[in-house]
Amino acid sequence: MSALATDAPAAIIAPGQPLLTVRGVKTYYGNIIALKGVDLDVNQGEIVTIIGANGAGKSTLMMTVFGSPRAREGRITFAGTDITQMPTHEIARLRISQSPEGRRVFPRMTVYENLQMGASINNFAHFDEDLARMFTLFPRLKERVDQRGGTLSGGEQQMLAIARALMARPKLLLLDEPSLGLAPLIVKQIFDAIRELNRSEGLTVFLVEQNAYHALKLAHRGYVMVNGVITMSGTGRALLADPQVRAAYLEGGHH
Amino acid sequence: MEVFLQQLINGLTLGSIYGLIAIGYTMVFGIIGMVNFAHGDVFMVGGFIALILFMVFTAWLGVAVVPALVLVLLLGMVLTGLWNWTIERVAYRPLRGSFRLAPLISAIGMSIFLSNLVQVIQGPRNKPLPPMIQGNFVLMGEGSTTVVLAYKQIVIMVVTVVLLAVFWWLVQKTPLGRAQRACEQDRKMAALLGVDVDRTISITFVIGAALAAVAGVMYLMYYGVVNFSDGFVPGVKAFTAAVLGGIGSLPGAVIGGLLIGLIETMWSAYFTIDYKDVAAFSILAITLIFLPTGLLGRPEVEKV
Repeated sequence: MSALATDAPAAIIAPGQPLLTVRGVKTYYGNIIALKGVDLDVNQGEIVTIIGANGAGKSTLMMTVFGSPRAREGRITFAGTDITQMPTHEIARLRISQSPEGRRVFPRMTVYENLQMGASINNFAHFDEDLARMFTLFPRLKERVDQRGGTLSGGEQQMLAIARALMARPKLLLLDEPSLGLAPLIVKQIFDAIRELNRSEGLTVFLVEQNAYHALKLAHRGYVMVNGVITMSGTGRALLADPQVRAAYLEGGHH
Repeated sequence: MEVFLQQLINGLTLGSIYGLIAIGYTMVFGIIGMVNFAHGDVFMVGGFIALILFMVFTAWLGVAVVPALVLVLLLGMVLTGLWNWTIERVAYRPLRGSFRLAPLISAIGMSIFLSNLVQVIQGPRNKPLPPMIQGNFVLMGEGSTTVVLAYKQIVIMVVTVVLLAVFWWLVQKTPLGRAQRACEQDRKMAALLGVDVDRTISITFVIGAALAAVAGVMYLMYYGVVNFSDGFVPGVKAFTAAVLGGIGSLPGAVIGGLLIGLIETMWSAYFTIDYKDVAAFSILAITLIFLPTGLLGRPEVEKV
């Protein structure tokens, strides 16, 4: 069995079958509607990306999957289980991990403790093994292991947030803007790492990105979100070639 | 010199008690940002529970003093912890997510409720207890200027140090303590990592109450009496200690407690005992003016 694959007894989803399904989800902040009825699937073994401008609702969708904020309408299922009303920590215990917007590294905990927090849902089984893997993936974290999270640079915090999410051995990894504020070389490293985890271990990834070019090149499928609704979907390659997507998210931007 | 040394011993003893109570204030503030005004009364309830248990063990069951004291400590921690767990469930949890002052007002109500409850069921008079531990070491001097270290003072300081060591280990080294710190730093992220935030908050209240219960036992042992209104002044002083040390900081709470204890006893010795509370509370005002984050508190702004 590969190192990051899950050994939880829950339902095994065959590759290509839906792992996460989102149906008609509406989310509000107070009275302001943020998601206006979103439908979306992430299948087992896929990398799926959602691209869109600032404020389109991408991060809200990521957090709505975890019930924080909770969807006011619609249904979210994970591996066949309805998680729409499930408490956030129980959703996490189904092994959905998130590297959230703003990284949210625990500032007064060391890098080591942050990684321990990530591994706590599987009771530190395979902790040393996984820790070694994270240090191989992000050697920088090894150098900083006893440093407090709040003293790390933005890029280091990003690596820590991703590594912390991976320590849970997730069945589904949600990544919110992993490239934000990072040097291009590091972005490439992180995206290569995601591709490698997906290829060798079948890790399912749901990725939110503003860097549409990188995201669509990496992803098997993609969705475009505008003002809280999905306006377009297709394979990564098809979206990359689509003239509307090119005009809105790629032309004039970074390639 | 003798006076100074004697007051140093007395101050450290008293400060230990304040420190134990202050931890409860600072932990709860750290995790939910609320000043738990009922905490002083939880300490008082701990004292009463200790009184009743001690009477039961020694007078009814004939247990010797030392094992009785150990039993009282352990059982008192459990019962007071349970009591505070219930308070959190009933009075604070339903108000989470409400406006900021709501749980604070609820805590003040709970404080009044607790002291009145004890007044009604235990009576308004001082409840005395025959001295548990007598005797002392004469450290130096003779006649009227001796420096004395009472056995009960040793017990208080030793129990405090041992308890703080266990508590420190719990918070720093165990998964439970890590989850507790994670909730304190970012509740939402802790939940995303599978931490049951509500349960962690409950445990925080239980731990705070258990330490307050020990303080209650120590207080009862030190002064030999406990009264339904005894939650208020020690409670406010422990809160002052928490603010002085930097609210949210655990070592700060202990240092603040010791300082308040020392200030109070030194003031009593060198100035006038009538104004000892004024001296202690002036510290609160001065701290808030010149050092709003306390001695070991952290500034609000953090690098992200």
